[in-house]
Amino acid sequence: MTLRKRILITAPDFFSRSAGLAAFLLLWEIAPRIGWVRSTYLSPPSVVLRALYLLAARGELAKHFLVSLERVLIGLAVSVAAGCVLGLFTGYFRKVEKSLDLLFQAFRQMSAFALFPVFILLFGLGELSKTIIIFWASLWPILLNTSTGVKNVDTILVRSAKTMGASRAYIFLRVILPAAAPEIFTGIRLGGSYCVMAVVAAEMIGANSGLGYLVIYSEETFNVPEMYGGIVSLAVLGIGLNYILKKIETSFTSWKHEIISGE
Amino acid sequence: MVKVQARQVERHFFVRNSLGKKERLGVLSGFDLDIYEGEFLSLVGPSGCGKTTFLNILAGLDDYDSGEILVDHKRLEKHSFDRGMVFQGYALFPWRTVRKNLEAGLEIRGLSPAERRRISRRYLELVGLLAFENHYPHQLSGGMRQRVAIARVLAYEPGLLLMDEPFAALDAQTREVLQIELLKIWEADKKTILFITHSIDEAILLSDRVAFMSSAPGRIQDIITIDLPRPRTEEIRNSAEFAGIRRRVSSLLRNDFLKNMSFGGYL
Ligand SMILES: Nc1ncnc2c1ncn2[C@@H]1O[C@H](COP(=O)(O)OP(=O)(O)OP(=O)(O)O)[C@@H](O)[C@H]1O
Ligand SMILES: [Mg+2]
Repeated sequence: MTLRKRILITAPDFFSRSAGLAAFLLLWEIAPRIGWVRSTYLSPPSVVLRALYLLAARGELAKHFLVSLERVLIGLAVSVAAGCVLGLFTGYFRKVEKSLDLLFQAFRQMSAFALFPVFILLFGLGELSKTIIIFWASLWPILLNTSTGVKNVDTILVRSAKTMGASRAYIFLRVILPAAAPEIFTGIRLGGSYCVMAVVAAEMIGANSGLGYLVIYSEETFNVPEMYGGIVSLAVLGIGLNYILKKIETSFTSWKHEIISGE
Repeated sequence: MVKVQARQVERHFFVRNSLGKKERLGVLSGFDLDIYEGEFLSLVGPSGCGKTTFLNILAGLDDYDSGEILVDHKRLEKHSFDRGMVFQGYALFPWRTVRKNLEAGLEIRGLSPAERRRISRRYLELVGLLAFENHYPHQLSGGMRQRVAIARVLAYEPGLLLMDEPFAALDAQTREVLQIELLKIWEADKKTILFITHSIDEAILLSDRVAFMSSAPGRIQDIITIDLPRPRTEEIRNSAEFAGIRRRVSSLLRNDFLKNMSFGGYL
């Protein structure tokens, strides 16, 4: 497909998809300008953009962004590792799963934000408690999705591998794991968005860097445009992370979408 | 040479009855069957009589409660490299291409990638799907998927092939084509096949012998030798011998039905 053709095909789609966002930005721009909302409390996007530009020029935007990104990635990495291992384990051994299910469901309902004071008491105000709140928020969706994914693997596939003489390890690694992969990735993407929510909370208490800190600090010093700048940056962080996770997911589950048009 | 000897095999399950109480359900009882090396044996019988149950036991997927099953004169083992099973639901790995599906059994046997590729391509050619080697199962029709599933077990050359109504989900035309293909493939290297079907015509067309099961107790009631000449072709369906055997089978089943009222369902 030529580039021109591709643009012609995707452009209308792009416009219709961003119509809602465009309308929202327009309303946001107009509302404070014509006095529907006091512009001291709601800065229009043009002003926010300028504030972001100034933050970036001072090098602060990148600094806060990268600090938050690092926290999110560390927290997510730990919960992906722990969630997948525990999820595979509980999904595979039904008996274990049965006795742990109630506990896990309870943990999942236990808000990471409500537990934050506990983490601070136990682990102090440093990076550790921040990592743990992010870890806690994202662990449960990953663990439970992985476990469900393993439980839902079509038994006929396992049986067919067995009749071929497959070992337990082969069945686990080459049948159950790929069969459960789509659900595992759904959990990881869910976990990713929880990480971004949790990092804000973590940075609003006892931090001196990160986008969450930027938001709360700007609010305290009444720098309203920068506050909105921080909020927008957090949205960008969330969307970007989700986009990358989605890319990784499709690279692993491409067989689902593949359309072959001959060699 | 006897490939499989089943002696007085018993299998029961515990199921909940309509009152919610656990009840013993005897499925196989006094089940005797010999399957000879290199023969094509079909197993026919009313729905629920225990055909799949016996096949699963032979496949090492299920246990039996008593009796004895010997394969190659040795006790049946749950794990074996010598068996292949074709399921009605194809059971292809959806994340693997057609060729990678064929290579699964070879991978399990530790063959090198080059060898796997060579063998899988040979069998794809045999079932006429070489052009589709890089497709995924969901991109194929039902008939093509079942061809892949058959090629997948043929590729690792098991001595005992188990097929549980492999063509039941296909339309009549595709089914007839695959029957003839299976005949050709099997007549070329005569592996032992145990084939479950509900179609008397299919059983007659393919088999050396057809075993008829009764239900409750699930056991072999009759065995008929099909002495149609081989190699068999498409035309044999319309031959006088075929019609003759069909008549013999029908009257036999009718007699069985009168003797044993629970034996019915496919006449
Ligand atoms: N795991 C199980 N637990 C309880 N009952 C079972 C189990 N497996 C099979 N049965 C019962 O055993 C009986 C025989 O089942 P089986 O699947 O072997 O029948 P079949 O001859 O293959 O029938 P069909 O021709 O319909 O496929 C049925 O009544 C079935 O409900
Ligand atoms: Mg069955």
